[in-house]
Amino acid sequence: MAKSKKAPVDRRGFLKGAAAGAAAALAVPSIGAAQQVRAVAAAAEGEATRPAPAEVRSQDKQGSDFMVDVFKSLGFEYFFCLPGGGTGIQESVVNYGGNKDPQYILVMHEESGAAMANGYAKIEGKPAMVCAHGTVGLQHAVMGIYDAFCDRVPVYVVIGNTRDPNSEVGGVHAAQDPAALVRDMTKWDDAPASLPRFAESAVRAYKFAMTPPTMPVLLTMDEPTQTRPIPNGTDLRIPKVGTMAPPAGDSAAVAQAARMLVEAENPVMVATRAVRSANGLKLMVELAETLQCAVIDQHRRLNFPTRHPLNQTLLAAPGGKPLMIPAALKPDVVIGLESSDFFDTVRPLMQGGTPPKLITITAGDLFRKANYQDNYRFRDVDLAIAADAEATLPDLIEACKKLITADRKRFFEARGAKLAEASRAALERHRTDASYGWDASPIATARLSMELYSQIKNEDWSFVTESFWIREWPLRLWDFNKHYQYIGGAGGEGVGYQAPAAIGAALANKKHGRLSVAIQPDGDLMIANGCLWTAARHHIPLLMLMHNNRAYHQELMEIQSTAAKRSRGVDRVNICAKIDNPNIDYAKLAQSMGVQAEGPVNDPTQLAAAIRRGIEVVKSGEPYLIDTITQPR
Amino acid sequence: MNKFSLIAALVLIFTASAFAQDGNADNGKKIFLKDGCYECHGTVGQGGTGPRLAMPAIALPTITAIVRKGVGGMPPYSAKVLSDAELTDIHAYLESIPAPPPAKNIALLNQ
Repeated sequence: MAKSKKAPVDRRGFLKGAAAGAAAALAVPSIGAAQQVRAVAAAAEGEATRPAPAEVRSQDKQGSDFMVDVFKSLGFEYFFCLPGGGTGIQESVVNYGGNKDPQYILVMHEESGAAMANGYAKIEGKPAMVCAHGTVGLQHAVMGIYDAFCDRVPVYVVIGNTRDPNSEVGGVHAAQDPAALVRDMTKWDDAPASLPRFAESAVRAYKFAMTPPTMPVLLTMDEPTQTRPIPNGTDLRIPKVGTMAPPAGDSAAVAQAARMLVEAENPVMVATRAVRSANGLKLMVELAETLQCAVIDQHRRLNFPTRHPLNQTLLAAPGGKPLMIPAALKPDVVIGLESSDFFDTVRPLMQGGTPPKLITITAGDLFRKANYQDNYRFRDVDLAIAADAEATLPDLIEACKKLITADRKRFFEARGAKLAEASRAALERHRTDASYGWDASPIATARLSMELYSQIKNEDWSFVTESFWIREWPLRLWDFNKHYQYIGGAGGEGVGYQAPAAIGAALANKKHGRLSVAIQPDGDLMIANGCLWTAARHHIPLLMLMHNNRAYHQELMEIQSTAAKRSRGVDRVNICAKIDNPNIDYAKLAQSMGVQAEGPVNDPTQLAAAIRRGIEVVKSGEPYLIDTITQPR
Repeated sequence: MNKFSLIAALVLIFTASAFAQDGNADNGKKIFLKDGCYECHGTVGQGGTGPRLAMPAIALPTITAIVRKGVGGMPPYSAKVLSDAELTDIHAYLESIPAPPPAKNIALLNQ
């Protein structure tokens, strides 16, 4: 089909066209109050083939236009949407808003849209928008919202709704209270019934989402409020966000924590989601180096550089959720920094002997929801500082420094030297562990990880999938030293997060020129693989290596275990969880959606060349998928 | 009794038993893959969510003891599910797997 030579319609042109249309419409018999209908304008794309608008009734600003003004004031870059949430808002984003800040990203599943916003936020440090239909769309989005809730990620959800069952959008597509569906997993929601209230609620929602503990929020955009034109001369105001300061710890409590840490023989820092910025990572290093103490990173974010000599994470058994503090460290004081499951984190230390003194700093003490059990079991601690860890670190570092005498400093240095030796030895053990099965086919996950690392290590890279599923090899063997190089996994521990979150993270990395890479579990991709199309459509550069073990493998192991315990035979458990017979051709799947791809690759010696080809495409600004057949873990 | 003591005791018990030591490695590999041992231990016994079994192979009495009784995340497999003869073949397979080169000789592991 020949492309239209017509230039894209900019906003000024659109308004001019709308004015002409409105003038023409004067001769058309009115079917209702002129101010109660939408302005209709053809989008530039596909305009030549679209039927002429039946109604062009107003050049006035629409309610959804003002909503876009509000969104722009909040600095949103992306609007992840599967068409829904109201035609008004969608039309306003692409036409009135110029499809920029926010840009409409078309997703194939609302859960994927929420996961994309999740991955984006963990890289960029601010929320993106997820727009969904108020009933059928929001129900799809729930799992993505739950992941963000459990993972303390700010995601800004907007939905459309109408309370009028007689409206053209009613019946099963309307609800009295659509947000109720996700109220247990959002920090706040509102359904403002007017534009002035919408502006206030939108800004309030942003502030709540971004204030630790960061979480998803939801706004219901009433359909009539979206579609009703704004009478000329209406005075609408957008409140400002202002400077937001995260809650820092009480100064007396921080001083007490500092005393406990400085006086301890073997203090241990353990962090789950302590770092959300480059400065946060720097502060974590500064505190550890000030104390010359051991650090355990539980890797829901990158909380500490993997190769830092004080990082003792490799001493813990890899793959634990949560990663428990090894008793070998013999801590007498443990400080948990945004630790989500502190009960299990310190469990090995509480069995026999003198248990360590426990300190926590977490914004989780400031805000909790009741229904879902993300609180885990209650651990009694000696000092609980209800505050954001990253915001509290500067005061804690200064308080520690004030207490450190010359003698104490010498002691600390000796302690640090021992820890450095322990981490060096641990790295060697993990390298040896990685050598077993090095040449195996299906490809060992250690080999897969290191073949990839060898080609990205000199780039500005970001690993945007969870390391857990591949025995944590990247976190065990790669040198992670920037906060955006690792963003953890699905907070809710479901499947279907990894691929879209990786794409959202890659979208955030794009403007920074970072090379985004993923090792993508096969079962996860099959939940909603339409995200591949979104990556192709929006030119999102991401190198995706499949961790194709042809199974929902975690379940396969567990069902097999159950079958063995029941002594009923294990030869039928494949029925439950193997993804084979037929095998899925992920390269063809990706290609069908416009993503360049190759594979399957079974032979580890062919990996390097495939990765090289993939990186070349990704550097040109496009996604690339390599289907690699891998060991189970 | 902790799990290590249990394993040690079981090892002694089974060491005292008579085992056929000359299993069929090819058949052992088939069983190792068919019965899902590889799911936790990797297709060449390199380890995964479960521990490494090969390079070098864990002694047959030890493997048998653990398989029969289970330990940690390892469920028990009765002789009804996995016979002694099959276990012997699996052990022969694990013994047949060559050791990898030392990690220090693998350039990609020393980045």
